[in-house]
Amino acid sequence: MMDYDQVLSPRVQAIAPSGIRKFFDLLENMDTDDAISLGVGEPDFVTPWHIRDAGVYALEKGFTKYTSNAGLADLRREIAKYLFRRFELQYDPMKQMIVTVGGSEGIDIAVRAIVSEGDEVIVPVPSFVCYGPIVQLAGGVPVYVETRAENEFRLTADELRAAITPRTKLLILPFPNNPTGAILERADLEALAEVLRDTNIMVLSDEIYAELTYGGHHVSIANIPDMYDRTLVVNGFSKAYAMTGWRLGYVCGPQPIIKQMLKIHQYAIMCAPTTSQYAAVEAMRDGDNDIAMMCRDYDYRRRFLLDKLRGAGLECFEPRGAFYMFPSIKSTGMTSADFCARFLTEEHVAAIPGNAFGPGGEGFVRMCYASSLANLAEAMERLERFLKRL
Amino acid sequence: MDELLTLLEKDCRQTPQQLATMLGRTEQEITDEIARFEKEHIILGYPALVDWTKTDDEMVTALIEVRIAPQRGDGFDRIAERIYQYEEVESLYLMSGAYDLAVTITGKSLREVAEFVHARLAIIEGVTGTATHFILKKYKEKHHVFEKLPEQEERLLFV
Repeated sequence: MMDYDQVLSPRVQAIAPSGIRKFFDLLENMDTDDAISLGVGEPDFVTPWHIRDAGVYALEKGFTKYTSNAGLADLRREIAKYLFRRFELQYDPMKQMIVTVGGSEGIDIAVRAIVSEGDEVIVPVPSFVCYGPIVQLAGGVPVYVETRAENEFRLTADELRAAITPRTKLLILPFPNNPTGAILERADLEALAEVLRDTNIMVLSDEIYAELTYGGHHVSIANIPDMYDRTLVVNGFSKAYAMTGWRLGYVCGPQPIIKQMLKIHQYAIMCAPTTSQYAAVEAMRDGDNDIAMMCRDYDYRRRFLLDKLRGAGLECFEPRGAFYMFPSIKSTGMTSADFCARFLTEEHVAAIPGNAFGPGGEGFVRMCYASSLANLAEAMERLERFLKRL
Repeated sequence: MDELLTLLEKDCRQTPQQLATMLGRTEQEITDEIARFEKEHIILGYPALVDWTKTDDEMVTALIEVRIAPQRGDGFDRIAERIYQYEEVESLYLMSGAYDLAVTITGKSLREVAEFVHARLAIIEGVTGTATHFILKKYKEKHHVFEKLPEQEERLLFV
């Protein structure tokens, strides 16, 4: 008999499965045809046709082989132009960039390249579920810093300073933030930079939602004086171009670090999917309009949902980025998990309990508004009914 | 002709209550019927009819004749699908006569439309020729006349 507990790495066994997935599975097993999911953080748009067509064309022409490890040279050049055009970020496409399998791979190889046994990584929470487990798999120790609703869920300089120890190696900066919708503006970033300036701490800036910033323009910490040399920027195609299933992202940063990360990417991944890379070239060249169109649409829904949530009596901070609402459900006296379980079974609407996104998320739920207005309207009607019944 | 659909096509903002009264049916019947129309994709949407020339937004519409070589098995459908999925394409019809597809597209400028034709449309495999006609002025669409007719003197008349 195999004793799998003995076989499996304790490190892997120690990490918990994603709390988002659990609710998604619950929803799939429900015997109903009127279920609405505000659970999964994925655009409801289909990838714009001209981008899909570029992928189809690449297949028709038989471009089915590996690309170079770091990604198609054409794509990297286009990404460099895009980053400069949209965010004034300057990266050498041949030396400072790797095209990855989604932003997630970028995060993974960055952490693995930097973190060694016992190193501490500061992770502001609530935030996307992957950072802690990836740090743990690398042997590091995630140090969670709770951002607060009263600070609009921004990471403050004081909070950062208090979390730094001699073992701190890396700060993860996930803004615009999933699940809170918080953003960091130039002044916030400058204050954080002040804390980091005389340290040897690297920053991993996860800017996957950069294009989805409302009423302002995203600023990268790499553009704050003295921060460029200590920052890795992760971005990708999933959210801005509705390309989640293509699994394509990229990471940029100082050459000595990118060079080491490329080794991990080489051995573990080889290269990002070729078809996706060809489609992405088209996205970079001719996709600015698509981004604008989708972003405008999300903004309508953002305002609509915020109004409805507040109208229903829930306290909710106005999100400035990404496509999530993070209302407080503390007034109901329920835990996030109870609230979501009952909302799902009684009203067939899936939302994610805030505590799935780390400490500090309890008392909140995440609702993704990348769903049709009709769906959102129906979900909000059910929410109102649900809250009245409590 | 279905009376409810005809009424909605004229003005989709009439309330179910109003429609029910006019058709001598109950509000619930009307609501259910509309829901069915939507579900079965008989009603595709409820857009407003806009005369953009009266706004500050620059807009150019072109009607493009497209000749294509039908493909084995799929006929015209596969190429049509590759065309209508572009965001810029407003309508697409299969035609009888001298050409095969009629495409209308709207852009911000002549250049933008021309760019779409030569960079997107003309290069699709199976497209053998295009002819672009720019629309200079719209007089009537969906039974609505664009120019407001001169108003008649208001009369209060008892007969």
